[in-house]
Amino acid sequence: MSFASQFLNLEILAGAWPILLLGAKSTLLFSLVGIPLAVVTGLVLALLSFSRSRTLFALQRVWVDLFRALPPLVLVVLLYSGLPFAGVELTPFAAVTLTFILNLGAYFCEVFRAGLSSVPRGQSEAARSTGMTGPQTLVYVLLPQATRNVLPELISNVIEGVKLSTIGAVVAMPELLFQARQAQNLTFNATPIFAAAMIYFIALLPFVRLLSTLENSVSSGRGGKPLSAGH
Amino acid sequence: MSSWELALDSFFNLSVARDVLPTILKACWLTVYLSLFIIVTGIACGLALALLRAFGIRSVNFFIVLYADFFRTVPPLVLICLLYFGLPGAGLSISGFACAWLALSLILAAYSEESFWAGIAATNRGQWEAGRSTGLTKFQTLLHIILPQAAKVAIAPLTSRTIAIAKGTSYASVVAVPEILGAAQSELSVTYNATPLVMAAVAYCIIFIPVVAAGRYIEQRFQWSAR
Repeated sequence: MSFASQFLNLEILAGAWPILLLGAKSTLLFSLVGIPLAVVTGLVLALLSFSRSRTLFALQRVWVDLFRALPPLVLVVLLYSGLPFAGVELTPFAAVTLTFILNLGAYFCEVFRAGLSSVPRGQSEAARSTGMTGPQTLVYVLLPQATRNVLPELISNVIEGVKLSTIGAVVAMPELLFQARQAQNLTFNATPIFAAAMIYFIALLPFVRLLSTLENSVSSGRGGKPLSAGH
Repeated sequence: MSSWELALDSFFNLSVARDVLPTILKACWLTVYLSLFIIVTGIACGLALALLRAFGIRSVNFFIVLYADFFRTVPPLVLICLLYFGLPGAGLSISGFACAWLALSLILAAYSEESFWAGIAATNRGQWEAGRSTGLTKFQTLLHIILPQAAKVAIAPLTSRTIAIAKGTSYASVVAVPEILGAAQSELSVTYNATPLVMAAVAYCIIFIPVVAAGRYIEQRFQWSAR
């Protein structure tokens, strides 16, 4: 069989298309849940790293180092196939969501921490002296500046998050890769997986282009901190 | 058995651990050398692409950028599955190990090309002109003057990306490579006990926590000295 009929078979593509669309929709929906949860977790962890409490600081440090060392696929398998031995049965969706919170949350924490440290101390002192409360200072003064300083790293982590959702395929969550594998199993043809790859490419291309533009302007401008994640 | 003992028995079962330990150790070795293979080929190819891009040949650069964009957007697990389930049908038989090595090397090459290129692009134009005016050829200038400065800028982003891709070797378990996760999963189905999975997690921590700590040190060091 030739390459074209194995990877770009239009007949098979037409048959698999509805399933692939379903998978793409599910990946999008999951990303809209999992990534924001990871962002919030990362932000809370980053705030803990500035805490005066030693326990909270240590908790943050252990979380980040542990979940940056553990591959996300190991984590999701541990949650999905391991926890039932303790009598806890997680749905695929719950296992993947929890993995996002633990793993991607750790990466977002590192980014927010770098962002918050890049804001000069005087900013917070000035805000407090105008009568703003601590939370107000954080939301109106520190976070906007911190976010702007690490924008490329934040975007990069969002892209990695969408790609990370493919671990769902291993625990039978019906996201894009899982559906493509199903179609490939039925047809003995890799066209559905190739189509899935192209869907990821087309959907994420604008973000990667934006990232390249930002990074180039950053490296010629204020001196960026290349702290982006990846899994 | 109380529930506490039951948990101990299914997650920290010593007799299972003793039986499984040789397999897991062998798997650790496989993970380490698969990672090293990927790092060497990925970074070498990425560097070569970045150097090629520095010559500014438009048609070539278009394909380099397309290559980098493609492999930075397609998830590693999709790529591994595509090669493993696709190539045999097209008449090329390929092992799971080779698939994982090829897929992750292609991805690392894309990311390292971008990092090295960002370093090359950030190097002051004057450096090029100074090198050329001393009589060095374009390639000599690139190699002896631009690259050392570019590498310094590239090393911090490259470190975290390299670690991430080395952890990506766990994806090879999906295509039947008995690396740490793959070995643990097959032992799980034999022993019907979660201890092998816990051992796998511990093994990853033992291998990667020092690497992550070293990475943090390198990132911080090169972040400051490069500016």
